[in-house]
Amino acid sequence: MNTSAVSLIRVPLVRVPFIRAALAFLLLALSFTVRAQLTIEITGAGANRIPIAITDFTGEPGIARAVAMVVRADLQRSGLFKLVETDTPLAENYMADFAGWKARGTDVFVTGSVTPASNGRYEVRFLVHDVQKEAALGGLVYLMTAQQTRATGHRIADYVYEKLLGEAGVFSTRIAYVVKSAGRFELQIADADGMNAQTALASLEPIISPAWSPDGGRLAYVSFEAKKPVVYVHSLASGKRQVVANFKGSNSAPAWSPDGRKLAVVLTKDGASQLYSVNADGSGVARLASSSGIDTEPCFSPDGEFIYFTSDRGGSPQIYRVPAGGGQAQRITFEGSYNVSPRLSPDGKNMAFVTRNGGRFQLAVMDLATRQTQILTDSDKDESPSFAPNGRTILYASEVGGRGVLAAVSSDGRVKQRLSVQAGDVREPAWGPFLKH
Amino acid sequence: MRTKLMIALVALSAAALIAGCNTTGGGPEQPGASVEDRSAKQVDGAEVKRVTPDQNPQTALDAVKQGVLAKRSVFFDYDSYVVKDEFRPLVEAHAKFLVANPKVKILIQGNADERGSREYNLALGQKRAEALKKMLTLLGAREDQVEAVSLGEEKPRCSEASESCWAQNRRDDMLYSGEF
Repeated sequence: MNTSAVSLIRVPLVRVPFIRAALAFLLLALSFTVRAQLTIEITGAGANRIPIAITDFTGEPGIARAVAMVVRADLQRSGLFKLVETDTPLAENYMADFAGWKARGTDVFVTGSVTPASNGRYEVRFLVHDVQKEAALGGLVYLMTAQQTRATGHRIADYVYEKLLGEAGVFSTRIAYVVKSAGRFELQIADADGMNAQTALASLEPIISPAWSPDGGRLAYVSFEAKKPVVYVHSLASGKRQVVANFKGSNSAPAWSPDGRKLAVVLTKDGASQLYSVNADGSGVARLASSSGIDTEPCFSPDGEFIYFTSDRGGSPQIYRVPAGGGQAQRITFEGSYNVSPRLSPDGKNMAFVTRNGGRFQLAVMDLATRQTQILTDSDKDESPSFAPNGRTILYASEVGGRGVLAAVSSDGRVKQRLSVQAGDVREPAWGPFLKH
Repeated sequence: MRTKLMIALVALSAAALIAGCNTTGGGPEQPGASVEDRSAKQVDGAEVKRVTPDQNPQTALDAVKQGVLAKRSVFFDYDSYVVKDEFRPLVEAHAKFLVANPKVKILIQGNADERGSREYNLALGQKRAEALKKMLTLLGAREDQVEAVSLGEEKPRCSEASESCWAQNRRDDMLYSGEF
């Protein structure tokens, strides 16, 4: 199911200047209420940022400016670009003055236009120019409604990011997280820039461990509304939710299989916390692994071959993995006495986790081939890591001044951001997948 | 005592009302179908029979609000899941009550302090709840009278980052039928 906020048709712009595109509408049944706004501040930036100018687009003044502003904010926030100021709106078909841009220290600039189309929609065109090559790198045409202005800006930012860095951008993705304020818990979903926050579930009891289905249409999570932890799967488009694990004892730590058909969960129906697999509709419960201690926090490898998890079977909590089809557990972490919350990068090469380092809980990443580990943060209470779908950034929960905040760090540790809400604690982040569009 | 109970009941129903408002008001519509399904199942004979006890449930509910049975918490040392000797008389009293009232059920909610992973702390709270459950069943309570669950670090009694505070959060709470 596609729950993308917009449905846009994209067509290549270069050499096809006057193409007609039709728009297929996707009506959304999102009955969310808008709540506290996440604000993002950049607390660290990359070493070699690309100097880029995003001119105001020509045409419909308000919308043209709004689109360009979203593109600028996205690229700036990534920490990988340095914005060069511009003041004149320029259209995509502007005859580029490359020498002038070079003199201003710009490597890349983006121009565009917004013009009214049929049925109250707008046609947005843009072109990316490479100053060194003195050539256009490419562009697209989008048809959108005025309500899709931000979504279109994110798509343009994704395009620019991918053209220049060779990897997909995550500006059009969404994040889920839990806000606690005044004894009330809200599971919220926002755009990756923190805007458009919507509440999927509000409760007087805690909500933890949200996990996106691979298609981005559902969230699994643990809710304590029944005075005990129960695992639910929540369809975002319809708001319908279903109990998938409510056995005697505790039910927690849902993790989706890469094909979206099963969940690994932790149940205590047979005593201690142990790993089980269950179909996404709650049927077919089967044991995944056995130990005499605690097994929890399962996470599938992206190829579906292994389940990584936390276990105290060796005396202290460490990360292990078992073949998803069953078999011998293999220990992954050895340094230190507290290594928990494994999450694999989308390419399966790296593992983010939380390690206790001299009494401080910090985010670390391990190269699974070399087993080399790097601590990425200098904070005290990091929790719940979650990779961006392009693997570039890890989102996690932390604490600043006694308040729960979300933070993001690039997997090389250089670019850092902090996401917080005005009055409340934010925790339990989960970065959503790429949506097909 | 009776006034207190009345106030508690009124507060409970008010809380339930607020909770109800939140679920339908703040979040998405609940799927009407599944809610109806569940209540339909509960109207069968087995469910009704449970409410016709040979001892008055109100009397049982009153009893657990008095004397030693009104004490419901067992505290644990750091990184420990052993019920300490000082809590043995308390646990024995609850076990005795469960043996004398076989229709009464008890929910043990294990808790952990806030340090570290939420899910791992949920598992640690479960270990504490299981320890108390084991003790109650060894003392004669039936397995199906006792459910051990965990609230992990999610329901702290004290929210400061200090050892005295964390010590209050490393605990099991006991809830009787009608209280959960």
